[in-house]
Amino acid sequence: MIFYTAQRLVLSVLIVMVAVTLLNLMLHVVPGDPAVMILGPRATPELIEQTRQQMGLDRPLLIQMATFFGNILHGDLGRDVFTGREVSTIVLEQLPYTLVLISVSILWSAGLGIWLGAYSAMRRNSWLDKVTGLLSVGTISIPSFVMALYAVLIFAVWLRWLPAIGAGDGFWDGILHLILPAFAIGVSWVGYVARIVRASMLEVMGESHVRMARAFGLPERRITTSHILRIAVQPAVTLIGAGVAHLFSAAVFVEVIFARPGIGALIVSAVNERNYPIVLGAVLVTTGIIVLATLISDLVIAWLDPRQREGM
Amino acid sequence: MTDTVTARDSALPEPTLLARTLRQLSGNMLGVFGFVLVALIVLSAIFAPLIAPYDPTQIMTGPRMAPPSAEHWLGTDNIGRDIFSRVIAGGRIAMQVALATLAAALTLGLALGLIAGLGPRWLDNLLLLVFDAVRSFPVIVFGLALVTIIGPSLFTVILVVAITSIPIYARIVRTQTQQLRNSEFIQAEMAMGASMPRILIIHVLPNVIGPLLILVSMDVPLVIATEAGLSFLGMGVKPPTPSWGVILNDGYNYIRNSPWPVIGGSVPIVLVTLGFTFLGEALRDIFDPKLQRSS
Repeated sequence: MIFYTAQRLVLSVLIVMVAVTLLNLMLHVVPGDPAVMILGPRATPELIEQTRQQMGLDRPLLIQMATFFGNILHGDLGRDVFTGREVSTIVLEQLPYTLVLISVSILWSAGLGIWLGAYSAMRRNSWLDKVTGLLSVGTISIPSFVMALYAVLIFAVWLRWLPAIGAGDGFWDGILHLILPAFAIGVSWVGYVARIVRASMLEVMGESHVRMARAFGLPERRITTSHILRIAVQPAVTLIGAGVAHLFSAAVFVEVIFARPGIGALIVSAVNERNYPIVLGAVLVTTGIIVLATLISDLVIAWLDPRQREGM
Repeated sequence: MTDTVTARDSALPEPTLLARTLRQLSGNMLGVFGFVLVALIVLSAIFAPLIAPYDPTQIMTGPRMAPPSAEHWLGTDNIGRDIFSRVIAGGRIAMQVALATLAAALTLGLALGLIAGLGPRWLDNLLLLVFDAVRSFPVIVFGLALVTIIGPSLFTVILVVAITSIPIYARIVRTQTQQLRNSEFIQAEMAMGASMPRILIIHVLPNVIGPLLILVSMDVPLVIATEAGLSFLGMGVKPPTPSWGVILNDGYNYIRNSPWPVIGGSVPIVLVTLGFTFLGEALRDIFDPKLQRSS
């Protein structure tokens, strides 16, 4: 397990490094002066010269990259072109809002999805199984930003049950403001997770170790939880681990639609001012989190099922 | 060995195969539903100017934010434009983006996947690393980063989705190519001294392309949702042009006044998704029951 963990860790670090390199190269591949591009419409000759020196754009590309990596290791993501504030501070201010939003979204939806999937597999053709099947197809085909628009339309505009603007003040108000956004992001995940858990439950139920456990007379409840679900939940874990990238994409829309603070809202406003250092910093941080999530999901699977460790 | 043979047949559609496919498809209710939806959407995209009753960008003096009526089937928007005409015109844009994106992603994904699958080990590892790195960008966030550099346009949208889908296709092609490389008929061909291009074009390509095309067709909704999403944020298709995302953005801005632009802009996205998903799943079951959607 230690060797496996170390192996995955090295790979994750490599992936992040390649991702950073690609994002940086993007600035240089596109024709035009990177300093002008970073400054956007506000570029004056003095500002261009200043930015060029600040970011080391006059030095060879390889040295630029090396400096950039060095700075990242020190937690330095550069400075905002307009206000001169540290990009890392700006990003870290907004990050908690997004992390809370996507964690709450995935927790309620994966929890419900796993339960629905397991229930549907155990009681096939029950009415709940049929409803789950229909619901999965229905919700998967609605993109999260469309779902968010309908959430605003139905619950905030027509019924006036829930607030749809901002993140709220204080704990309870915050929770109230979180309901619609977390619903909009999570709802398609209920379908995804339920579908995949149901399919893999049905597969695992036929395996010999389950028949064995039953032959030993283990209580049915214990067989379901520790022999079937333990294995059957794996594809769902992989799905969620790989889905963190989608969660961040969904958060961009939901933060804009519900006028919430967060990384997504930060990126959109930075794009509107063409503030590339902030965009780059925010993309780097989200990419890091996404790679970390994939790593964690791989490790969770290795822990759930020792057979997986050898196959890697 | 048997499934490579069926996969190969599927890549070379002969009249008899087409007839068989249609017959099998007709036995699958959801597949038929998907086929009809996709056909309707494609036809309406092709004949959009003939179908749309009004000019989708023309501002009219008639009622604003009107509910559906005999004159305006989906109502009118905040400046009196006919929503139905805009939805039809938006479908044409969505299909154009989907076609261009998937053609680019398919070609490059195929090429990179073959290189990774047949090339030396170090190149394979390097490409896999790049694929994983690109896959760890959230599509929309990566799209926004690209917009900052080259500005919002239809081309940017195509570039964003193509770049982020290439790794997915390339990985599938790579796995299949590696399986094929070790199969007996390729080994035999190599032993007889066939050149690499010959092996690639005559043996590997036909085996790989069938399953890949099905996966690509199932990704159409993803492309369309991304285009609509970026356009919704004002980072894709520019406003007077009626993309579904632009319609939804207008609807969002006036959501307290009228629900019809939101409804008109979202229903086609859902229908496209359902259509391509059902059709893709049915085709997959017919051609290759073993092929699973790998993410």
